[in-house]
Amino acid sequence: MTSSSLPSEHRLTGTVSAGVASLSGDFSVWTLARAKQLIGDARQIDLAGLTRFDTAAALLLLSLQDQGVTLQGLAPTHERLLEAVRKSVPTPDPAKPVLRGLRALLDNTGRRVVRALRFLTELAEYLGRFLAALARSIRHPSEFPLIPLVHHCQETGLRAVPIVALMSFLIGVVLAFQGAVQLHEFGAEVFVVDLISISIIRELGVLLTAIIVAGRTASALTASIGSMKMREEIDAMRTLGIDPDMRLVLPRILALLITLPILTVIANAAGLLGGAIMSWVELGISPSMFRYRMIAETDVDNVIAGLSKAPVFALIIGVIGCHAGMKVGKDAESLGAQTSTAVVNAIFLVIIADALFSIFFAEVGI
Amino acid sequence: MSENVVEVRGLVTRFGSHTVHDGLDLDLKRGEILGVVGGSGTGKSVLLRTIVGLLKPAAGQVRVLGQDIETLSPPAREALERRWGVMFQDGALFSALNVRENVEAPLRAVPDLGPEQRRALAELKVSMAGLPWNANDKMPSDLSGGMRKRAGLARALALDPEILFLDEPTAGLDPIGADAFDRLIVELRDALDLSVFLVTHDLDTLHACCDRIAVLAERKVLATGTMADMLKIDHPWVHEYFHGPRARAALTTGRSKESPDGNQG
Repeated sequence: MTSSSLPSEHRLTGTVSAGVASLSGDFSVWTLARAKQLIGDARQIDLAGLTRFDTAAALLLLSLQDQGVTLQGLAPTHERLLEAVRKSVPTPDPAKPVLRGLRALLDNTGRRVVRALRFLTELAEYLGRFLAALARSIRHPSEFPLIPLVHHCQETGLRAVPIVALMSFLIGVVLAFQGAVQLHEFGAEVFVVDLISISIIRELGVLLTAIIVAGRTASALTASIGSMKMREEIDAMRTLGIDPDMRLVLPRILALLITLPILTVIANAAGLLGGAIMSWVELGISPSMFRYRMIAETDVDNVIAGLSKAPVFALIIGVIGCHAGMKVGKDAESLGAQTSTAVVNAIFLVIIADALFSIFFAEVGI
Repeated sequence: MSENVVEVRGLVTRFGSHTVHDGLDLDLKRGEILGVVGGSGTGKSVLLRTIVGLLKPAAGQVRVLGQDIETLSPPAREALERRWGVMFQDGALFSALNVRENVEAPLRAVPDLGPEQRRALAELKVSMAGLPWNANDKMPSDLSGGMRKRAGLARALALDPEILFLDEPTAGLDPIGADAFDRLIVELRDALDLSVFLVTHDLDTLHACCDRIAVLAERKVLATGTMADMLKIDHPWVHEYFHGPRARAALTTGRSKESPDGNQG
């Protein structure tokens, strides 16, 4: 930025003689640098010729006055402005002590640990609220939100079928193709069936379904509950004696609990179908051969191990989505922030839970 | 002092087939505070937006500081736009910036202004708008409605404008906050030599700070004048507005105008 880009109407001229700087023209924020240059180290400033005088100029003059410079010739209106600025120059608050080095590191770490622990306790609280609402609806079936439940089953379940099935089908195709290349080296192509069926049924089907649902549904949960929170709808519900846990949290999480296992079964079927087709095309393993080897070699334990994870993943996604929605503040920014954190947290915790399941199954020998 | 800083002549604004203004004339004189009132949907905010060039009139002329914004070249238009400040209803602060950065935003247009000076100026404007020091570092979402308005006012004042446009400055404020805001407007007008165009619903604000009042109805300015003139007008809506129970309460118990001034003709 150079002074040549100054709008042409801002002209400040001045002369210095015998320690008195006389300024005339536009003394404003636009000509501040020029004014400083003109004044230099004059001890007295004559301002009789000013046509424009603004707060930025007043601020500069005040700081010069503090250094002992005297002013003269200021017009009454300009004098008034100078006084107004003098009155409202802010006095800074004492700065807060800033922690440095090791103490700052400890302070930060401590805060983060506390925040993480608080996050986990809040998740436990929301799980508890969901279970309490479920128990209440069993005791009072008339309060059960059946229509919302069906609606959310459609949203989180039925609507997700195409994407889940397609993704799983393609994973089956990829597995068969990659497995075939590697196993061909040993002449053990037929083991591709074991590879596909065990990996899909036990791990990939449920995990990938959960990740897709976490992306789709956790964000939708946060956005829908969050926008209600933003517009104070949730507070309104409470004052009307409607329990938000019952009306909002229960149907959403329950819909996930119902639909995620079903989606997993669909994903498994699609993945096996993709694998079987690819094995047939690429390796010449006929569908009946595929079926025979699959039944002979793949234990039903694998199905149990895979499907047993689905409800846990569903709870994780639902609880995180609802919790993040309830955390939304009054502005749209926090809605966006909470939505993306909800998705990240849901996927992250789903993968952690999957790892824990793997360790658990290995220990008990399923 | 009767120089007009804003002159609206024969203004017509339309949205589709809906005519909001039809042949509207209005003046804002230098140094005065003009209150624009009218029922909901009479186009008070539309008028404000048209004057500052956010909306294009279907016909008629708007001259601000002697220039017609429609005919100006982009650089000249920019220079003109820096000579007024607009405060929107809810402050319209940039949500990604804190209060100080919001006020600094218009100051970034000034070449040769160092970061420290810019900061000092922004902090001065925040303080002039009546916000405490610790508001500087706050994000707009952490402020109350009244503080957001004050921060919006500080941003509107950043470049020392000659004209200040205020859209419903006291809407949504409690009476004490609204009262303080009214006084702030008058103080700033006196200190900074502003001309203020103020759209409001608040009868107390009209009493407390407006030199002249313009009533918008029937698609044009129905009447302009002082509060005393308004009380004499016979038009049913105007009569209802200035003689209703709320108006009488504002008139009798309301805050009295603090600074008598002599700029009306």
